Amino acid sequence: MLFYHLGKYVLLMKAALKRPEKWSFYWKEIAREMVSIGVGSLGIISIISIFMGAVTSVQTAFQLISNLISSSVIGQITRDNSILELSPTIGALVLAGKTGSNIASQIGTMRVTEQIDALEVMGVNSPGYLIFPKIIAGVTMIPLLVIISITLSIVGGGVAGVLSGALSQTDYITGVQAEFNNTILVAGMVKSFIYAFIITSVSAYQGFYTSGGALEVGESSTRAVVVSCILILCADYIVAQLLL
Amino acid sequence: MIEIKDIKKSFDDKEVLKGISATFKSGSCNMIIGGSGSGKTTLIKCMVGLHEVDSGEVLYDDRDFTKLNFEDRIPIRKEIGMLFQGSALFDSLSVQDNVMFALNMFTDMGHSEKLDRVNFCLNRVNLENVNKKFPAELSGGMKKRVGIARAIAMNPKYLYCDEPNSGLDPKTSIVIDNLIQEITDEFNITTIVNTHDMNSVMEIGDNIVFLHQGQKWWEGSNKEIKHTDNPELNEFVFASKHFKEMQK
Repeated sequence: MLFYHLGKYVLLMKAALKRPEKWSFYWKEIAREMVSIGVGSLGIISIISIFMGAVTSVQTAFQLISNLISSSVIGQITRDNSILELSPTIGALVLAGKTGSNIASQIGTMRVTEQIDALEVMGVNSPGYLIFPKIIAGVTMIPLLVIISITLSIVGGGVAGVLSGALSQTDYITGVQAEFNNTILVAGMVKSFIYAFIITSVSAYQGFYTSGGALEVGESSTRAVVVSCILILCADYIVAQLLL
Repeated sequence: MIEIKDIKKSFDDKEVLKGISATFKSGSCNMIIGGSGSGKTTLIKCMVGLHEVDSGEVLYDDRDFTKLNFEDRIPIRKEIGMLFQGSALFDSLSVQDNVMFALNMFTDMGHSEKLDRVNFCLNRVNLENVNKKFPAELSGGMKKRVGIARAIAMNPKYLYCDEPNSGLDPKTSIVIDNLIQEITDEFNITTIVNTHDMNSVMEIGDNIVFLHQGQKWWEGSNKEIKHTDNPELNEFVFASKHFKEMQK
């Protein structure tokens, strides 16, 4: 069963990533998807990022503060966690719920209402037209969202840390600037690209092979989120193992 | 002209089409009729390549569609227009963009030229001032007409209509039937209509193919169908009280 789906997924991706029939037509779709995935997810990513950073800062302060450890460590831990794990992974899990379910239900509805059949009868490479722009938009916009999320998470951590009285603003900034290792930024960005591909392609796959009606569209949407989340966490482990 | 030869199609162990052959002439309205589960929709989907046939041939002016791969089918597909049962208009696009879709994708026409073509197609199906509307804002009959406009946008040689009257009131059904007939005559298209609406069959059916249990059971014109002695066809055609009385 696993190999059956894997084979179908690979064949779908092969068709989706074929050379587009007409680039000018695809650019418009890519731009539209960029707005939908990028701008459309900015609000929720901003909110969760600020709170992720705030919670990390406050909880680190609670667990680590002692006379032997400088309070600036809180800034350093919040920064590293935000870059390496919180913004890419938690952000991707949230985006799997928002963007992934949206992609699966959109393509699934097109399938059950014969819109995909209409594309195919016209001679349009339907996986290319429907999935390629979403993947391109995903792998460009999700890493950008992750960068914004990292920034907001670090800012949120600082605000929460200072407001709770755990450390001063100067200590936090000192911690954020201390001993920065480029590897964590590379790992964070590599993760965001991989997660973006997983979210868009897996959700598109679930939507594309929907059959039935409204109930099945809902099921595809749920399956898209569940499978994407599991694969994101698997990929998280693999990237961590390989790059760190 | 479209010719199908010994089309067979099974899903798992169920044989849905058991070797169907027929010829559909240019400039004529060909009706495929039959009860639910008789294989009408499967046959049409096999003919347009949405299902792959298990065996048999689908010839579009002697070009065997079934032997071609996806890329080689594109030139033939550009000659095919199809009206779907639920219209299958793209929700996210306006009426204008729906009709313009294939023109945008496959032609190098300028915008004004494409717009002229869209307006011509919309006028041809008697729709005006709907260019900027979205499918959700249209009635069922208007959606069907936009579906026809989209189907004829590329000037097709072959037109497929899957249940064009489903969900429409009798008056709108007649309008759609007349449109299909007029377009067929005007552009000399080979039209294939999949329906179980006997009013349409009697009105516009130049050639009628009756499917029963996955086989071609009967073929003839709308005049011949009224006097057939085929029991299964009679049972299907004169199922309603009204038609039974008419037969008597």
